[in-house]
Amino acid sequence: MRRAPYLTGYLAAIFLILGELQPAQAVNPTEMLGNDLLEKRARHISKDIRCVVCQNQSIDDSDAPLARDLRVLIRQRLVEGDTDQEVISYLVSRYGDFVLLTPPVKGVTLFLWFGPVVFALLGMLGLVLYFRRQKALIKRGGTP
Amino acid sequence: MKRLVYSMPLGILAVLAVYFLLGLGRDPYILPSALINTPVAAFDLPAIEGEIKGFSNSDLKGRVSLVNVFGSWCVACQQEHGFLMKLSRQNVIPVYGIDWREADRKAGPAWLKRYGNPYTLIGDDPKSLGAIAFGVTGAPESFLIDKHAVIRFKHTGPLTDEIWTKKFSPIISELRKQ
Repeated sequence: MRRAPYLTGYLAAIFLILGELQPAQAVNPTEMLGNDLLEKRARHISKDIRCVVCQNQSIDDSDAPLARDLRVLIRQRLVEGDTDQEVISYLVSRYGDFVLLTPPVKGVTLFLWFGPVVFALLGMLGLVLYFRRQKALIKRGGTP
Repeated sequence: MKRLVYSMPLGILAVLAVYFLLGLGRDPYILPSALINTPVAAFDLPAIEGEIKGFSNSDLKGRVSLVNVFGSWCVACQQEHGFLMKLSRQNVIPVYGIDWREADRKAGPAWLKRYGNPYTLIGDDPKSLGAIAFGVTGAPESFLIDKHAVIRFKHTGPLTDEIWTKKFSPIISELRKQ
């Protein structure tokens, strides 16, 4: 029974750490739009826009001032009646494809998208050929 | 044939090695600008405190000019400021300023009072509208604009004599001939 307090202590520590691990909320309530639908679209767009200052975060996650201004700009454009695609195209026109966290499928990114599949297929082909040869060798009575 | 197959992994490794080695020398924070050879986007920034006129894209038509994004909070901007002052004293090129994201409206004007004002016109840009129009990621950034308000060159980081003579001067004389 003497162990119980320790156990509670450990559990408390674990929960505290887990609490810390939750992603910090970057989007400030004052930025949010009153219109739920527009706000949802804004959040959706922001999640795939790279913060050009911190680079591996989306502007939805980032606390950088420029990310904040980009979030506000996206909302402003949505309020003015832009479609999601129009907002995204504007950002791409300013910052290039780099600003998209999901790179578009096009000529220069074909290797990026399909390279891994090609290599996996080549590897499988190699394996199949190898085992076939082994089989043929055994059939002929040789040692593999 | 066998030889070829066996040497293939080594060949692939060599190609990758060259590729990655080239990548080592690149600064990942310097992004290729998507805006080179595209017209300056529409923007209209109000004047900073103490000035009468702001700065908008229509100011850029007719002359080869330099647009410089700065802020009083930006240390590297202080570093290049002397050079900008020299450009303006020697009348090399009109320099337009975008005063980016000042914490309060007095900060920019106070900074310019202290270090001098090299700018023909300055736009106040607390919400990054001007900065985003130029695809700016950090200050200082400088853009060469031709007579038709098309962006021709971008430099990230402080300007120096060396960078100016090496990179800017040749492009400027080329643009002035057009």
